[in-house]
Amino acid sequence: MPEQLLWAAEAMMNGLMAGVLYALVALGFVLIFKASGVFNYAQGVMALFAALTLVGIMDGQVPFAHLINAVFGTEIHHFGWHVPAILAIFLTGVVMVGLAIFIERFVLRHLVNQPDIILFMATIGLAYFMEGVGDLMWGSEIKTLDVGLPQGISETIDEATYNWFGYGFFIDRLDIVATIIAALLVASLTIFSQYSKQGRALRAVADDHQAALSVGISLRFIWVLVWSIAGFVALVAGMMWGAKSGVQFSLSLIALKALPVLMLGGFTSIPGAIVGGLIIGVGEKLFEFSIGPLVGGATENWFAYVLALVFLVFRPQGLFGEKIIERV
Amino acid sequence: MLYREAGDFKTTYVEDGQTFPIKFDRIAYYILLAVAFGVVPFIINDYWANAVLVPFLIYAVAAIGLNILVGYAGQVSLGTGGFMAVGAYACYKLMTSFPEVSILIHVVLAGVITAAVGVLFGLPSLRIKGFYLAVATLAAQFFLVWLFNKVPWFYNYSASGQISAPERTVFGIEVTGANTDAWAKYLVCLIFVTACAWLARNLTRGTTGRTWMAIRDMDIAAEIIGVNPLKAKLTAFAVSSFFVGIAGALFFAVYLGSVEVGEVFGINKSFLVLFMIIIGGLGSIFGSFAGAAFMVLMPVLLKNILVGGLGWPTDIAAHFELVIVGGLIVVFLILEPHGLAQLWRVAKEKLRLWPFPH
Amino acid sequence: MKLKFTALAAAAVVSAAAPAMADLVFPSLSYRTGPYAAGGIPFADGYADYFTLLNERDGGIGGEMAKVIECETGYNTEKGVECYESTKGEGSLIYQPLSTGITYQLIPKVTADGIALHTMGYGRTSAKNGKVFSNVFNYPANYWDGASVAINHLLDLNDGDINGKKVALVYHNSAYGKEPIRTLEELSAKHGFELTTLAVDHPGQEQKSQWLQIRREKPDYVLMWGWGVMNQVAIQEAANIRFPMENFIGVWWSGGEHDVIPAGDGANGYKAVTFHNVGSDFPVFDDVQKYVVDAGKAAGNGDQIGTAVYNRGFYAAMLAAEAARNAQEIAGKSDITAADMLKGMESLEITEERMAELGMPNFGPSFTVTCENHGGPGLGAIQQWDAAAQEWSLISDFAPSDTEIIDALVMEDSMAFAKENNIEERCN
Repeated sequence: MPEQLLWAAEAMMNGLMAGVLYALVALGFVLIFKASGVFNYAQGVMALFAALTLVGIMDGQVPFAHLINAVFGTEIHHFGWHVPAILAIFLTGVVMVGLAIFIERFVLRHLVNQPDIILFMATIGLAYFMEGVGDLMWGSEIKTLDVGLPQGISETIDEATYNWFGYGFFIDRLDIVATIIAALLVASLTIFSQYSKQGRALRAVADDHQAALSVGISLRFIWVLVWSIAGFVALVAGMMWGAKSGVQFSLSLIALKALPVLMLGGFTSIPGAIVGGLIIGVGEKLFEFSIGPLVGGATENWFAYVLALVFLVFRPQGLFGEKIIERV
Repeated sequence: MLYREAGDFKTTYVEDGQTFPIKFDRIAYYILLAVAFGVVPFIINDYWANAVLVPFLIYAVAAIGLNILVGYAGQVSLGTGGFMAVGAYACYKLMTSFPEVSILIHVVLAGVITAAVGVLFGLPSLRIKGFYLAVATLAAQFFLVWLFNKVPWFYNYSASGQISAPERTVFGIEVTGANTDAWAKYLVCLIFVTACAWLARNLTRGTTGRTWMAIRDMDIAAEIIGVNPLKAKLTAFAVSSFFVGIAGALFFAVYLGSVEVGEVFGINKSFLVLFMIIIGGLGSIFGSFAGAAFMVLMPVLLKNILVGGLGWPTDIAAHFELVIVGGLIVVFLILEPHGLAQLWRVAKEKLRLWPFPH
Repeated sequence: MKLKFTALAAAAVVSAAAPAMADLVFPSLSYRTGPYAAGGIPFADGYADYFTLLNERDGGIGGEMAKVIECETGYNTEKGVECYESTKGEGSLIYQPLSTGITYQLIPKVTADGIALHTMGYGRTSAKNGKVFSNVFNYPANYWDGASVAINHLLDLNDGDINGKKVALVYHNSAYGKEPIRTLEELSAKHGFELTTLAVDHPGQEQKSQWLQIRREKPDYVLMWGWGVMNQVAIQEAANIRFPMENFIGVWWSGGEHDVIPAGDGANGYKAVTFHNVGSDFPVFDDVQKYVVDAGKAAGNGDQIGTAVYNRGFYAAMLAAEAARNAQEIAGKSDITAADMLKGMESLEITEERMAELGMPNFGPSFTVTCENHGGPGLGAIQQWDAAAQEWSLISDFAPSDTEIIDALVMEDSMAFAKENNIEERCN
């Protein structure tokens, strides 16, 4: 039935777009894992924190207003100005760099050479901490994020596909923008890591910490750098997801969407995150489209993991992960 | 002065190999048990039972279970919530299908069923290792929750999809349902905790435990010296899931009484129990208790200090709770990366030498 | 919230030192954090503000000061249990947990402890049957009423005939979200519309599959049982696929300002079922401004007044206060106990006149509670969002639901519960 095929194609297209959004979150994980071997559980909360900060700056909210009001009996909420989106994004970037320095100074520096699970645990502590601070700073109600990203059905694609196939495809304009931004982000990251001095240092650290140290690369600087980049990626991810749902606590749960992507793609590979995202996105949408109605729907959450599991059984290091060599 | 082994000579291997080789420890342990069984049930009230002790004991069982898998056998698992759900639903189905059988047997059977499910989801561990293995257990987590939500047979076709524990008695005393006395709930959980901890301690120091640890430390080397990885990994999954299943059954039947699977046994539960064992200390039974105590008591304590004591608004207090718990986790890890159990060991070492450290 | 910490701490010390005062205690199991904070904050604010108003303006209820003990649950069942256990000893009169999970938790507990539980527009629907559920109330309306009111609205739009129309239900894949399905199935059999159900898993950030399906199958109407982030995303996605918003009807928990504002103009025309009025255009809000806000005693940030969910909390507090007043009359004393409160709730009568007296004319339906019927008449209205004016407005009167179908379902479910738990019928 051609109609079914068209619908499947539409589901697949949307799956690709959703996959890009998952990949954006997964990218942050991969960057940090490569450079510092930390599985950063706090990545989702970082996205939330970045988006909260962005909205807060744009709306001229007073940080910690609620706390200040409670302690001093004042009644302040807003500075009364509105910061343009571009400037606010820049300022948020500065905040994320500050956060990276903070994390390096107070957490990572003290945990050098610890086993992976300990570092993982530290990021969990960090996640709790940042969630609390984010709420204290900006409050926990839903905020509307409007940085001028387009939303809604793309009419061009709708009309074009209608003329070709007799059925208009639905593609969200936000998803198209997200795809472009993700592409730009990956391209600039690649250029940065291939051609800049810091980028080379970054790759050196990712390859071998000790060797990098011995040729005079500052591990601390690299960590600050990579956490800043991850913070910026989190900001982009937070913006994309926040535009859809408003900025609120649930934003931190997007990390769960990135986990299967990571595992499928391999923890250490940027292309892996992208390809993994696309596979998961398409897979879960097609499964929901074809099998979902038969079993009652809402299958996406678990199917993503089952799909990743199937891939891993055949390639235990993930699609693009470094081959695991075991010696006794 | 108090805490020492001088003069405490062991003349047999049995004596030397006991769980608490130091006399002082042994006495402290027996006193603790005596207090837990003989004193606490008489002074416990509803608040202490329902808000503090019962959840602590149940989480301790779950943490022991997960610690066997993660801490002793080195297999990362993020499916604890899902396996607890299996225990809870198995217990519910058994309770409603065979009302004449004792609830205690149902709880153990629920553990057995969970063990079977755990083995099934443990199969990929033979191929997938490290953090990647988490994907198998995460698949279990999400799939099981979805399944219990979707298939009406599991919740006996009730309109809302919630399961509620009917009243059941042990020796004529109610242990589930609304009219259960605080002490009865507490005692049931305590019995299971004691049994589980005893079982876990003895499993982990026997052959089984040694094979697990060999697999954890390096599975290829273990294979070469003759450890069967299939058997070791799957027994770890089975035993771990058995404990987790018991915890899930108790969580549902004794502690909460009614459960909605997505909310109570969601992914957050998996993370919570994992946090417990990492904070408490991997590969340590004491650590499981310490971690459970930390994660259960800390928020309650902070809430009571901040809201009850200082009178802060609840939302600010809740946010501060997150900041403080998060900060404490990081501080603990920096001070002692191997968890509260290691802190305890260090403290004991110090005590043994005190007051003459040199 | 403008009270200084020091003052609060001092007050805490004083109240701890002084013998327990005979306040009327209304615990508020709120959630100002976590994934559902957006819905929890306005409700808790409204609940607290109404009692503050009574204390400041009237000196409490019948001469007794009302005391609201707030306890943060974070929508977490375990924390809810902790909150219940820690507040029940304070002489609490009535619990309103604002969470279906915690409600199920508390139903057996309050019954054992003899305290009233009021789950207004959530919780266990069959608690309407007072013969079985002695301590649980869910007046004035429940989910099944909500589903029926929504369908009645569709009937109104189509001159009473929706035979062959396609209706889709987008629901939160949880006990809460599954509530209306049974009722809708019965109604679909009765009215001949075609029902499709689409589950959305928690948290509901990614709903593309569901909305693509809606776009393909082109249902005439979409109903929604959503909560948390699912609401905002669903409304945004509906706007994205250009689904006509006036054909999209949410339940009351999908009908707050915070649900529609993130979607901007796209949400214009979205409808939701409600059982209380919207906006702050009532005389009582002048008093709130004067006695609560201007006095610096507003709960939270004080910026939620008049929003839909704030009004719901306000309304819940009003019903609780009226029940307490009724209980005082019956007991003949002002210092009532939880048992008196139960009697007060069981014979509560809310009339037009009484609501006008309270400065809240037509704020909710008028209804009576009896021993048999703990759910009231099940009246509901439809509210519609105006994105330009940024406000909700009622577009229908409070109209009854299809009690014929719902009563049968309530009877069936409550009898099953009674049988399972060996409960004898009361009120005979």
